Amino acid sequence: MKVLLEHAHVEGIRYYDTYRKNGGYRAVEKAFKMTPDEIVEEVKKSGLRGRGGAGFPTGMKWSFLAKPEGVPRHLVCNADESEPGTFKDRYLMEFLPHLLIEGLIVSSFALGCNATYIYIRGEYAWIVDILEQAIAEAKNNGWLGKNILNTGFDCEIYVQRGGGAYICGEETALIESLEGKRGNPRIKPPFPAIQGVWMRPTVVNNVETLAAVVPILNMGGEAYAKIGVGKSTGTKLLSVCGNVNKPGVYEIDMTQSVEEFIFSDEYCGGIPKGKRLKACIPGGSSVPIVPANLLLKTAQGETRYMNYESLADGGFATGTMMGSGGFIVMDEDQCVVRHTMTLARFYNHESCGQCSPCREGTGWMYKILKNLEYGKGKMSDIDLLWDIQRKIEGNTICPLGDAAAWPVAAAIRHFRDEFEWHVLNPDESQRRNFGLAHYADPIHVPTTA
Amino acid sequence: MSEQPKFKVTIDNITVEVPAGTTILNAARMIGGEVTPPAMCYYSKLEGSGGKCRTCLVEVSKGSEKDPRPMPKLVASCRTTVMDGMEVKNITSEKVLDARKGVVEMLLINHPLDCPVCDQAGECHLQDLSYEHGASGTRYEFDRRTFEKEDIGDYISLHMTRCILCYRCVFTAEQLTQRREHGILERGDHAEISTLLGKSLDNEFIGNVIDVCPVGALTDKTFRFKNRVWFTKPVDAHCSCTKCSGKVRLWMRGDEVFRVTARKDKWGEVEEFICNDCRFHRKSVSDWTIEGPSKIDRHSVISQGHYVGTKKQPVYIDKVIGKDPKLLMDIHKVSDVNRPEIELSKIDGPAHSDDFKKDR
Repeated sequence: MKVLLEHAHVEGIRYYDTYRKNGGYRAVEKAFKMTPDEIVEEVKKSGLRGRGGAGFPTGMKWSFLAKPEGVPRHLVCNADESEPGTFKDRYLMEFLPHLLIEGLIVSSFALGCNATYIYIRGEYAWIVDILEQAIAEAKNNGWLGKNILNTGFDCEIYVQRGGGAYICGEETALIESLEGKRGNPRIKPPFPAIQGVWMRPTVVNNVETLAAVVPILNMGGEAYAKIGVGKSTGTKLLSVCGNVNKPGVYEIDMTQSVEEFIFSDEYCGGIPKGKRLKACIPGGSSVPIVPANLLLKTAQGETRYMNYESLADGGFATGTMMGSGGFIVMDEDQCVVRHTMTLARFYNHESCGQCSPCREGTGWMYKILKNLEYGKGKMSDIDLLWDIQRKIEGNTICPLGDAAAWPVAAAIRHFRDEFEWHVLNPDESQRRNFGLAHYADPIHVPTTA
Repeated sequence: MSEQPKFKVTIDNITVEVPAGTTILNAARMIGGEVTPPAMCYYSKLEGSGGKCRTCLVEVSKGSEKDPRPMPKLVASCRTTVMDGMEVKNITSEKVLDARKGVVEMLLINHPLDCPVCDQAGECHLQDLSYEHGASGTRYEFDRRTFEKEDIGDYISLHMTRCILCYRCVFTAEQLTQRREHGILERGDHAEISTLLGKSLDNEFIGNVIDVCPVGALTDKTFRFKNRVWFTKPVDAHCSCTKCSGKVRLWMRGDEVFRVTARKDKWGEVEEFICNDCRFHRKSVSDWTIEGPSKIDRHSVISQGHYVGTKKQPVYIDKVIGKDPKLLMDIHKVSDVNRPEIELSKIDGPAHSDDFKKDR
């Protein structure tokens, strides 16, 4: 089912005229006939959940926004998509920039923001041009600027490029960076809804979340809530990469089973060269990795579906998270130790260095994993890694500490035998990979959790 | 001013009433003693400090009277304000002690541990912290992080390897001086305190970064390698300075003034910031009006030999665990030294075994 990407393949949809012809900016017209509170109510009814990773209900986030008299409020679009494996926002912004801008106008109107910012990842340099052009087109056609459609509502959208730091995707670090400071996450509380950009009430939302506001207005909140299943309403973009036949961005309505998603021709099209599925990270690099048997079926033996609840079934012991939708598939030839080392290196490089457990712990984990991968590890290193990740998780200012700890924890939890094999066969581990094993059967749950 | 509402907060089974808006750490400091969480980055005189080092993590077992749910994660007590009826667990919580041990270990893995040649040794907060909460050995088997040495002027020496990135000096320069010339460059474990393009720090109040630094990263160049702090005697003194209050602490040996610092309270925080002239240039006794010996009661090492009139920290361990602690061994049964009826603070100068003799 395609809601966001309905017109993604129309020739010239990037430009205003084609977008308008295909039903664009209807949501803005509709929104201006409603009151801001009605729009917020509509979004609440839709059950839309934040698409940036945490899955927090958007309508609730909007209703938390403080509205003091005489203080401007801001909407910030988080387009700093830096998670390894996630590239859905890039697709949206590159091919459907007007969808984002339409969503931003509607959301700005609902929240009463006159200055709205798109904080975009520095490496997406060419998308900045696409967005700037789309904003200019929207402005020329009267959808932005002063007194939009004679409603008396003013709105400007500014695009701000980041400097290439993963941490600036965290909302408070993003706000600091947007203000022109060093991108260190702020200590919460106060939350951005009370004091955000320039100490003014701010809402920070992901690109996909804001784009989803458009179909919600077009079809109505209740109709949108009917798509999907349970509390996972609407459609979700997934960016698939790794060992699949058809990597790319897919829109799903969250009713598919994981097995269907990976192996059906409509979506990923199975694993290349007839290899077997080994493991998968279903929501971007920071969510726990799960082995094939736990990916396709929950610990209770039920089929796992592609939605927030089903993927999280079993907690971190046997489940994982929907996250931001970066679906990374690994076949039997992939080495989990090497993969975990790569992620640890990433988090070590991207830690902001503000709070001590994350600053020092990520580097330590990377060095140990490097030793293990290159055959210099000891058996005690595996327990040490477990202890380090436990001391980082939950003890840091922002979720980057958790994001660095979870992949390591999950890799040890499910693939401990592979780590041990690396220690016991230092020479062989350099030459070949561990391959499929009897991992997670029975499911190994460390007692120190 | 209207009457501020008072909140009741229970920390480790001890209840205090504090004004609304107080942080958990400050509420704990009102109680004092061992229930106070350690703080490496929080500095009550500097706005915006705290929350970074994570040593002051505590467990909130009851959010407030209205909303009794516990907080899901450990919280930084220096940045969390109390709510009415809040219950906090510090040393009674295994989780907190475990996390704190982890934080201390993380702080130490890249610390050079060059205390024998460090001027801060003896009054170093990291020493105190690792003594109280750290492990005896290290599990870190890699090379420690190093930095390129940077000269930041004639008065302050910067040892970046010792830095724990508490950001205190950044806040000090920001809030005390006209222009901040140093800051944090790079990120992650290679973040470093640095000036832009090797500028030196020269500002009338920049010397205070030495006092706020919890470790030996920023030390006094005029005192460098001259003496160990525990051999020098702290003396309170003042002068009529046009730039600052002139209330300082002299560190003397005989008639020689080895260094001048601001006066610090029992939490190791500066009471009044002093100017560079007082700190670096007035190194003769004739510059100062001596008030008398300083009373230092927090730092165990530098208070050695200066017992008279010191204030003892209150001991709450019986209240915290709800009963008298069961001692594995009573030291007084096997040793004549440290007899409980002899008050250490009454002994003039360093304690000697003669002071504890029965027939004295």
